[in-house]
Amino acid sequence: MDIFLQQMVNGLTLGAVYAVVALGYTMVYGIIQLINFAHGEVVMIGAMVAFTVINLLAAGGLPPLAVVLVGTACAIPVCMLVSYTVERLAYRPLRRAPRLAPLITAIGASIILQHLAMLVWSRNVLAFPQIIPLKTFSFLGATVTGVQLAILGICAAIMCGLAGLVYRTRLGRSMRATAQNPQVAGLMGVDINRVIAATFVIGAGLAAVAGVMVGTYYGVAQYTMGSILGLKAFAAAVLGGIGNVPGAMVGGLLLGVVEALGAGYIGDITDLCRYGPLARAVGERCADGGHFVLFGSNYQDVFAFVVLILVLVFRPSGLLGERVGDRA
Amino acid sequence: MRRLVDARGNPLLLWAGVAAVAVALIALPFVLSMVGTTWVRIANLAVLYVLLALGLNIVVGFAGLLDLGYIAFYAVGAYAYALLASPHFGLNLPFWIILPIGAAVAALFGVILGAPTLKLRGDYLAIVTLGFGEIVRIFLNNLSQPVNITRGPQGIAQIAPFSIGPLDFSTTDRVLGLTISGPMKYYWLLLAVMVVVVVINLRLQNSRIGRAWEAVREDETAARAMGIDTTSVKLLAFAMGASFGGIAGGMFASIQGFISPESFVLVESIMVVAMVVLGGMGNIWGVILGAVLLSFVPEILRWTVAPLQNALFGKQLVEPEVIRMLLFGLALVLVMLLRPAGLLPSSVRQRELAGEEAR
Repeated sequence: MDIFLQQMVNGLTLGAVYAVVALGYTMVYGIIQLINFAHGEVVMIGAMVAFTVINLLAAGGLPPLAVVLVGTACAIPVCMLVSYTVERLAYRPLRRAPRLAPLITAIGASIILQHLAMLVWSRNVLAFPQIIPLKTFSFLGATVTGVQLAILGICAAIMCGLAGLVYRTRLGRSMRATAQNPQVAGLMGVDINRVIAATFVIGAGLAAVAGVMVGTYYGVAQYTMGSILGLKAFAAAVLGGIGNVPGAMVGGLLLGVVEALGAGYIGDITDLCRYGPLARAVGERCADGGHFVLFGSNYQDVFAFVVLILVLVFRPSGLLGERVGDRA
Repeated sequence: MRRLVDARGNPLLLWAGVAAVAVALIALPFVLSMVGTTWVRIANLAVLYVLLALGLNIVVGFAGLLDLGYIAFYAVGAYAYALLASPHFGLNLPFWIILPIGAAVAALFGVILGAPTLKLRGDYLAIVTLGFGEIVRIFLNNLSQPVNITRGPQGIAQIAPFSIGPLDFSTTDRVLGLTISGPMKYYWLLLAVMVVVVVINLRLQNSRIGRAWEAVREDETAARAMGIDTTSVKLLAFAMGASFGGIAGGMFASIQGFISPESFVLVESIMVVAMVVLGGMGNIWGVILGAVLLSFVPEILRWTVAPLQNALFGKQLVEPEVIRMLLFGLALVLVMLLRPAGLLPSSVRQRELAGEEAR
């Protein structure tokens, strides 16, 4: 039971990060039906910029929280600029092109960003300086670190803020109008290009925060970290129903939990030695409490993709979304 | 090629041209080996990429299904070869048995991927295929436990080279005073396979199946209304594309003598997509051009930019590998922005894009 709770906590933390990244995917997809492949790289750039700033300030004697805040504050505008540039150069000219065209430029942009980041920050794994004191809390037998609590709190705040933005403000209304029908929204006086650019920029800001969170949580950053994180977050967005803001949050948290629980238990579940007849078939490797584990926790990365494929096959609209599978 | 025949036909001139190209291609390794055997190896890799790009072209170009996990089939073919012809399992079957097996297993994987994803279109399909490619790679990486099948990240070494009777593809021979190295023999074999694949592709394109693919690509609903069994047509595209990838993978395993999951990462899939897109989706000659360009230009850059940087700055500022990747990224973006149908567009695509404006 302790393990279960612990994995739940870890999964929720991870899922909260996925959710914040997934919001960026889902908002862009909701409005222009584009899978913004470069989004994962924006997260990576956020982590990298924050790393540089935190590294510079770490020795300065500022309080650790302030250092991280300054790092985040620097990462956000950089990510926004990067994302805006990509949208302006690689996506906007292709607004009327066939669907696959912007997807291909997105892949190209993602490769370019990744390798430019490699030029700037080298191909090494960068270790964040350990400035935040490790505080742990005990919660029903599970251990929760301060960083985990902070991540969960920040994610909750971001989600509330974003929901407010989308459903309560003028910009949010323009975004929803553009998502429903760009032409009509344009006729109603909505500056579509501005709204789309704003969507990209907001998503990039969230990505920057997510990048800092991942960096401080795992303590490392590398130029390749964006692609797999981006894919998982996209899977989360699809799970919740792409184009649907609350869906991205639910999908992210759920995917994080599935991944953590899956990684925690798959080894036990697929240990053939636990099943009488199978254990006999396996033979001597089960003797003396031995194990014959088909799939260990090193398959953790598979879960996101399996979830993605299952959702797309059985419920392409996701958990909360409307039916968009045909349009895709 | 067809157009050449149809247009102002001078068959004699045409055949003279084909013969000249053939002689040039056959003589190429002699020229390259004068520069260095490395270049023959690079040419071999280029032909392998041509095979891959042609296989992917069936899926992406003909049938219009964007597959971002194509390298998985290459991996399946390569591992099939490596497992059946290496000391790892103590097997050493001849290649003409293994290559068809590899092609068949890859085709099976193509159907496994295709069957559940048939409903999906466009970008969703792209993501699912990408996920599929990653799943295959993760499995290759981890299938060393509990039973050691793939040897995990260590990879499989000492894969047997091709041999036909006394002819061994890994040794250097002297024939009629000419030195024939191993890579050169592979080159000619690859060339022969490539010619066969090109002919198959040309015949496919204008066949009943080829036209069915085109119809599905243009408008699936209309195609179904015309009586095309879209399910089996799309599955066939996946299976055929995959089997070409499997054959290329088997040859790759034998040429390299060593494979590991490192060779089958996502970037490789994207590279093949870049070749198809750059050359011109759906046009066989364009795809070949794209594959050759994106195989050779980075290598040429590697051999020119590195010394240039050393001369100018006294050290390597930008690694050639990075330049290569930046080039791929730029190629994808610029081609889509400036020449969306590719360098050598297929006639259908050209029509389509012209029509796109009016819509």
